[in-house]
Formats: sequence, C-alpha cells, structure tokens
Amino acid sequence: MSIGLLTAVTFLPALGALALTAVPRRLVEAHRAAGLGVTLLTLAVSLPLWFRFDGDSADMQFEELHRWLPSLGAGYHVGIDGISLLLVLLTTFLTPLALASAWHAIEDRTKEFVITMLLLETGMLGVFVSLDLFLFFVFWEAMLIPMYLVIGVWGGGNRIYAAVKFVLYTMVGSALMLVAILALYYQHGAATGIYTFDLTTLVRWVMPPGAGQSLMFLAFALAFAIKVPLFPFHTWLPDAHVEAPTAGSVILAGVLLKMGTYGFLRFCLPLFPDASVAFAPLVFALAVIGIVYGAFVSTVQPDLKKLVAYSSVSHLGFVMLGLFTLNQQGVVGGVIQMINHGLSTGALFLMVGMIYERRHTRLIADFGGLWKVVPAFSAMFLVVTLSSVGLPGLNGFVGEFLVLVGAFQVSGVLAAVATTGIIFAAVYLLWMYQRVAFGEIAHEENRRLSDLTPREWAVLVPVLVFIVWIGVYPSVFTGKTEATIAALLAQVESKAAVALVR
Amino acid sequence: MSTVWLIPAFPLAGALTNIFFGRSTGHRAHWIAVPALGASFLFACAVAARVWSGAPFTTTLGAWIVAGDFETGITAYVDNLSAVMLLVVTGVGFLIHLYSVGYMHGDPGYARFFAYLNLFVFSMTMLVLAGNFLLLYVFWEAVGLCSYLLIGFWYTRDSAANAGKKAFIVNRVGDFGFGLGVMWLWTELGTLDYAAVFKGAATLSPATATGIALLLFMGACGKSAQLPLHTWLPDAMEGPTPVSALIHAATMVTAGVYMVARSHALFERSGSALEVVAWVGTATAVFAATIGLVQTDIKRVLAYSTISQLGYMFAAVGVGAYVAGIFHLVTHAFFKALLFLGAGSVIHGLHGEQDLRKMGGLASKMPITATTMWIGGLGLAGAPLLAGFFSKDEILGAALGTEHLGIFTLLLAGAFMTAFYTFRLLFLAFSGAPRMPRDVLQQAHESPWVMTGPLLMLSVLTVVAGFALGLPLDGSRFAHLLASVFHPHEGEHASVVVLLSLVVFGAGGLLAFYMYRQSAVKPEAIGQPRTWVHALLLNAWYVDWIYDRLIVQPIYVLSVALAQVFDVGVIDGIVNGLGRAVSAWGAGLRRLQTGYVVNYALTMLAGAVVVVAFFLAR
Repeated sequence: MSIGLLTAVTFLPALGALALTAVPRRLVEAHRAAGLGVTLLTLAVSLPLWFRFDGDSADMQFEELHRWLPSLGAGYHVGIDGISLLLVLLTTFLTPLALASAWHAIEDRTKEFVITMLLLETGMLGVFVSLDLFLFFVFWEAMLIPMYLVIGVWGGGNRIYAAVKFVLYTMVGSALMLVAILALYYQHGAATGIYTFDLTTLVRWVMPPGAGQSLMFLAFALAFAIKVPLFPFHTWLPDAHVEAPTAGSVILAGVLLKMGTYGFLRFCLPLFPDASVAFAPLVFALAVIGIVYGAFVSTVQPDLKKLVAYSSVSHLGFVMLGLFTLNQQGVVGGVIQMINHGLSTGALFLMVGMIYERRHTRLIADFGGLWKVVPAFSAMFLVVTLSSVGLPGLNGFVGEFLVLVGAFQVSGVLAAVATTGIIFAAVYLLWMYQRVAFGEIAHEENRRLSDLTPREWAVLVPVLVFIVWIGVYPSVFTGKTEATIAALLAQVESKAAVALVR
Repeated sequence: MSTVWLIPAFPLAGALTNIFFGRSTGHRAHWIAVPALGASFLFACAVAARVWSGAPFTTTLGAWIVAGDFETGITAYVDNLSAVMLLVVTGVGFLIHLYSVGYMHGDPGYARFFAYLNLFVFSMTMLVLAGNFLLLYVFWEAVGLCSYLLIGFWYTRDSAANAGKKAFIVNRVGDFGFGLGVMWLWTELGTLDYAAVFKGAATLSPATATGIALLLFMGACGKSAQLPLHTWLPDAMEGPTPVSALIHAATMVTAGVYMVARSHALFERSGSALEVVAWVGTATAVFAATIGLVQTDIKRVLAYSTISQLGYMFAAVGVGAYVAGIFHLVTHAFFKALLFLGAGSVIHGLHGEQDLRKMGGLASKMPITATTMWIGGLGLAGAPLLAGFFSKDEILGAALGTEHLGIFTLLLAGAFMTAFYTFRLLFLAFSGAPRMPRDVLQQAHESPWVMTGPLLMLSVLTVVAGFALGLPLDGSRFAHLLASVFHPHEGEHASVVVLLSLVVFGAGGLLAFYMYRQSAVKPEAIGQPRTWVHALLLNAWYVDWIYDRLIVQPIYVLSVALAQVFDVGVIDGIVNGLGRAVSAWGAGLRRLQTGYVVNYALTMLAGAVVVVAFFLAR
C-alpha cells in the first residue's frame, strides 16, 4: 500500500507526536524544537500540494481511496479541491507559527503541550481532506479532544468553564449531525441500494426536497453554525478565546472556525441544495445580524482578546453571507475571507499574546502610548489592525468586497446593511488601536517594554507577507479555487432544478 | 510597461525606503522624499505633454480582483483631465515636500513624516490615474489612510489621535455609499471600467442612474468634506501644517470634485443627481463661510474656507460647468496651499502660536511671508486679475447662465463672506499692533529659504494662473484644454457677473478693514460670543454636538447594553440555563449509577438502541 501525499501531510504531525512520547519530558527545549520542526516539515511536505494542484480543474485531486470498514460502507477516502487546498495550507502555515509563539508562553508540561498541538494539527487536516462522512466525523470529533485540553490545561483562570462550554456546545451540534449523517446514509441506501458514507457517491444522488432534506440540512447547519460561530450560537467563543493560551487562540480563530464555514460549503450546499436555497434568507439574516452585532459588542470590550473574539463574529458573518449568495463573487469572496480571517485574526491574537507576555494584562486601559516605547510592534500592529478593518491593498478588502458584490446581486438592501459593517469595523478597531498605541504613556510599567524580538519578527513577517500579497495580487489565490466554486455552484443549481422538475 | 507608472512609483519607492530604513535615513529622509517627488513631477510633465498633443490612452499593469465575470485590472486611464490633476498633485506636492524640510526640521518623527507624505502622493496619483471604479475606490481609501496617519502624526496628543480617527470614520461613512454605488454599478453594467461604464450609462434608467450617482456622491461628500459629512476637516488641522496644505486643501479633498467631473456621463444620465450636487455644494459653500467669519485659529479659518471653496467647485460641476469646477480646483490648489504654508510659516515663526488674537503686526517681522500671504489672500478673496477671480467668476457665470438664480445669489453672498474673512485674517495677522507676549515677539523671525521659496513659487502661480489659463473670457485656454473631456459648455460672461463680484469683493474687504484694521472691534472682544448668532457660528452650528447626542452616544449606549446585558444575560443566560438543566438531569441519572464509565456506556447503548429502533421501524 503506497502512501499518498495527502496522507503523509495529514499524519506527519501525529507521527511526530508519537515519536515525542519517547523523549524524556525534562528535555523541554528538545520538545519545543521538535514540535516546531515537525510542523515545519509538514508545511514543507504540503507545499507540493499547492504547486502541483491544477487550478483549472474542478475535480478532487491527490485522491486516495482505501478499504477501511467495508461492511459499514465507510472507506478511507481523502482528496482536495480548490477550497480544501487553501484550508489545508492555511493549517500547515499557521500551526508552526502558533507553536513558535508559545516558545516561552508555555512553561508548564511542555511535552504534553507539543504533543497535543501536533495531534490537533492532524485532526484539523483530517477534517479538510476527508471525502467520507464517517472519516470526516471521526476527525471532527477527534480534534475536539486536543482543543479541549489546550484550553482546559494551559488556559487562564476560568479555563475549565470555558473548555467545558466549548466541548458541550460543539457536542450538541455534532450529536445532531451524527443523526443526520446516519439518516442520509440510510435514505441514500434505501433509494439506490448502495449503503455508503462516501461523499463523492452521495453528492451524485439527487435527494428529493421536503421535510427530510430540511431536517438534515438543519442538523448539519447547527453543528457548523456553532463552529463558525453564527449569531446567536457564538457565546462559547469569547470565553474560549479569553481563556485559551495564545497558540490556542491562533488555531481556534485561524483554523477551527473555518471548519464550520467549510462544512457548509462541502456538505450542506451540495447535499441539500433545495434546503440551502430555502434557508438562505435565514442565514442571510443571521449573518448580517452577526456582522453588525459583533461590531457593536466589540466596540465596548475592555479586554483585547474579547474584542478580537467578537470581531470574529462580525468577520465570519461576511463569510456566511458570501457563501449563501450562491453566486461566484459571493462564494469566492467568502472563501478568500476565510483565509483572510485566519491570517488577520491569527496575527491579532499573536500580537495580543506578545504584549500579554510582557505585561501580563490584556486590558486596553492598561496600555496607551505604546508607539513611543515599542514602535516596531506598534507599526506591525497597525498593519494587522488595518487588514482587519478591510483597508484596500491589504487582504481583508478583497474578500469583503467580493462578498458584498455577491450580496448586492441578491438584494441591494442586504448588501447595504452588511456594508455598514465596514464603518463599524473602523470604529471599534481604530478606537482600540488608539487606546493602545497613541497618546502619552499612561502607565509607568509600559515605559520599560522591549520591542519585537527576532523570534517574534520571524513569527509575524510570514503572516504580513500574505496579508499584503492577497491584498495586492489576489488572483494567485482566487485562481486556484475559481473552477471548484464554479462547479459547485453549477452542481447546486442543477440539483435544485432537477428536484423542482420532479 | 508605460512610463505613466513611474509617476506613482517614485513616491512609493521613497515611502518604502523611509519606512524600512527610517532609522538610517533619519534627519536626512528628505534626500529621498523630495527628489522622489521631483522625479514624479518631471514624469507627470512628460505624460501631460504626450497626452495633450496626442490622444487619451489606457494602460494595464495586470489583473487584480477576478471572480467569475467580475474582472478588474490595475489599469491607468490618462486623458487631459488626469494630466491636469497629476500636474497639480506632483507640482504642488513637490513644493510642499520642499517646504516640509524646513517646517519639520528636528522633529523626532522626521523620516516617518516623509514616508507618509510620499505614500500619500503615491496614493493620490494612483487615484487620479485609476481607470476603473474599483481602483478608484481603493486609492480613495488609501489617501484616507494617509490622511489618518498624518492628522494623527503627533500621536501623543489625544486631540490629534482623535482627529485622525474621526477623519477615517467619517470618510468611511461616505465610502459606505461609494462602495454600494460601485457594487450597484457592476450589478447593472457588469463592468467597472471607465470607458465601458460611461458608454453604458446611457442604458441605465434615470432612476437607477440617480441612485448610483447619489451613492457615489455620498463618498464625495465624505472625502471633500461637504454637508453633512464636513465635520472631520476642521479637526484635521491637528496635523502638521504642510499636511493641511497638501492633503486638506490642495489635493485629497478635491478628489470628490474630480470623481463627479470624471463620472459626468453618469450624473448627467440622472439629471436630478446633478441638482443635488449643485445644491449640496452651494449650501456647504455658504454654511462653511459663515463659520469662517468668526474663527480665531488661523488654520481653522482656512479649513472652513476650504470646505466653502470645495462647495463652489461642487456647485460648478452640479450646474454642468465642469471646466469651471476643475479650473477652480487648480487655482484653489495654488492659493490655498500658499495660504496654509504661509500660516505654517507664521506658526513656525511664533513657535507654535495659532491664535489670531495673539498675532498682529507681523508684516515687518516676516516680510516675505506677509507679502506672499497677502497675494494668496487676494487670490482667495477674488481680487481682480488674480487666479481666484477668474475661476470664481466662471462658476458664478455658469450658475447664472444655467438659470440657477438661487445658487447664483447664494454663491455671491458666499463670495462676500470669503472676502470678509480673508481680509480679517490678513489684518489680524500682519497689521496693527503686535498682541503677543514680548518674548514671543522678539523671537519672531522669518522662515528659512526652503520654506519661503515655495511660498514665492506659489505666489507666482497665483498671479499668473488666471491670465495663463483663464483667458480669453469666451472660451479660455483651460476650457480648450479640457474640451476633449467635457463637451463644450456655454458659460455666461456677462459683465454684470464681473461687476457684482467686484462689488462683493470690495464690500467684504472694506468691512473687514473697518472692523479689524481700524479696530472698530476691540481685539480682546474677538472670539467672545456677543449674540446667539455669534455663538452659533463660533460653535460651527453645533453640528458636532448634535452628531454626538444623536448618533455617537446612542450607539455607544446600545453597544454597552448589547455587550453587558443582552449577550451575557440573554443569549449566554439561555445557554447556561440549558446547561444547568441538563446537568441537573444528569446528576439525577448519576444517582442510579455507580461510575462514570458505566453511565457513559449505558448512554451510548441507549442511543444506539434508539437509532436502530428508528430505522427498523421505518
């Protein structure tokens, strides 16, 4: 049995984790270095995916199919298209940065931490490459455990509450999703005689519209909506972010939230096209409420991490709005915005973590005048903040604008309400930035802060490169995913149309 | 690749150099920034010469945002209008860069200042070059960013940081409309390229064209500080004075006028949108002038004057006199930049004093500054034969010629006020007895040549621009130059217009002379509200106060309520309530069991039974 590239990428971190179990725990530095090494190796191995991926093709690429549980109809089936390609690379890109950011931040149980993070990476990658519902569900659930540990073991003061809340929220969604997966499995089996969890087979089947499809859509949608998080399922997020260590927040915001939006794209749209169309107005409503609500609530947060967490609710609202416009501009914008949010918010959390390491506080009121003391930090923080504001020339603008163009084709009013988000984003982010970096130094403790270290530069510069790159030359990235999205939209359209004819 | 790209490339390279190597360039940063602008200006001249003798052209650097049939490129469109704008931006920009060498000397953020200033010129030239609405939008926001950075340049001052933030946010309110206009445009026409849009404008229904045009104009109101989005510009005076001259007088704030003129095909398709533009411009022109009458801060007088003069430009393009609007844009760039730089020179000479009440008698201390500022002031007030005289008369003539009598009358009243507040400023600053403390007076000095040089250059431009461009009166050289962009417009050059504008110029000047040169108003009474009208004007019609109570405070209170009551209490309350209910139920169950594992296994079993039973029963 040959090992394919995708399998190698997915399981390299887990393999590394396994190897690390044999290394004595007192070799703290060795664990850190090895963890970083393994994730960097994974990144290196994942790069050929990008270069060898044919952006003109909408087919699954790098596919691998092995017998796994034939009696159940579940197989080991992995592959990527233009959407999952970007998310796989985002994951392999962000994980080493998260580990590097935790170099000094995690002093306690370093060995366990590194192993947990490596397992987490395998879980996340598994979610993005699975083309079998059973396999997908296994990864989906498996990834919960390391994230639970990251928050619950290495988190802040109220970490247990946050970790349990995170897990319970997610479990409620996934329990319903499991029921829906089984229902889909049996319905498809009953209709075609083939009992399988294989996604590529399932999506070819045109499910009759009706209550059954709607219920399954809702069950999947709830699981994903919690993950996104879509308003009003978002209240686990601020708690989880505030308590999680920096590395956890980066991964949580950067990658985990994307599993929700990815789930909508990969499963809800193609499997339940009629329900997706029918429920689109509901999603639109929740998405734009989230955009405005997230912004309002962010404005008055006293804690930097909470502010960034609520800003995610606003930003992810744009993504959901884009995906359900079901037109090329909206969906491409949504996908790019998923990547953008991973980079911008990931970077925001990294930088909040850096300042937290120095001052052991995240309260905005404890800062002020930082530009005078740490100009390099402040300048980088400004760029990252502006990327989150959606300033043209940086990445955020490209995604937001395409989403809004897509939304405008659905309804001008919808686009207008969503566009108010760009005003409010400027309000809460610039006000936050002003209170952190401008003004006179209000607290004596801040006078002795040290500016960015070489390690921190090394963590930030790669993110900054992509923030600018996507802003200036986005077609490199949209080009890989355009064909996939066009095919997906055609599929949704034709299936919904076929179902209507019946 | 076209040489056109070199015009923005030089300032961009300068900005990047001073950003990345600011520590090394330090107080020598101008050796990079100023030559970069010089080179940019030379290439702008070359491009202007080429396009004036040839034809408009388009050049594309590459694709930018592509998604399905949404395709936009990094495209430059160069015609006579863009050439005029490029010359103003790089030419005046060069002089202001030069001036900044003296003005910003010794500032700890010297390299940062020049980096931002170069970045602004890069963005502004790109805005002018943009060949499609998306690129226009991008650099529309980019100049806003530079404005934000430069207003808040002295970031340790809270007032500066607040002003920068306010400018950005108010502009974003305008850009909200601008963005929607661009989206609507694409949804209707499937393209954002200028040529295709202006050709396709004819196919739009007048209602749609009105909607799109007004949304775009909303952006112009933000960028060009027109009612009701004007409130950021007076605060923007917190920035260093060269910034006020370059960004908040000569170039960036005129972007809205440029955009409307550029999109005239779209606005004309609507018709009623142009009326709105004309009336908003007129209202702003008068409104801001009334506030300018009573300001005591030298820069604030000029700021309200700028808002007012921008109103004249919008009134011009609104009545269809695009050439007059752009002409006034150009002459205003000269004399207002001159006035701001002159004000900067005064402030520099008085070590930071901006209050007109503490000036006076400076003509002997700084003769070059006084002389050049008088020239700039006369240009602004509409003194015969200077630049502003020609361009303002063209606007008044156009308003009369298109039978906009109301607009004509109001603009004439505005011209009277303009003359008054300009002379008031000049008398208060340069004439009479000095009103500053003795030590300040003794140290007051003329600025170095690097600052007075640009003042002299701009004075020359203010004197000659009217003759050079505004003649002959029936079909000026400037109108001829722009004939390929705007279809010819028949202006009214009735001698009655010239006569009336001379009358208001003289009346305004004399009144100011009587009140401030003859000291009919005691200096200590200046800025003290005596009547409610005076108080109203001193407080800028209380617009900021109203916005604060009507918009800012309610949103803040709502946000607090959402964050502290709704989110934590209601939504999370439900979640936690559910959690407690489930755990209470679980605790009840647990009493039946001896251990967690058994409990868990039993739950799994029960679940499995239910699932299997469900499917067997079907």
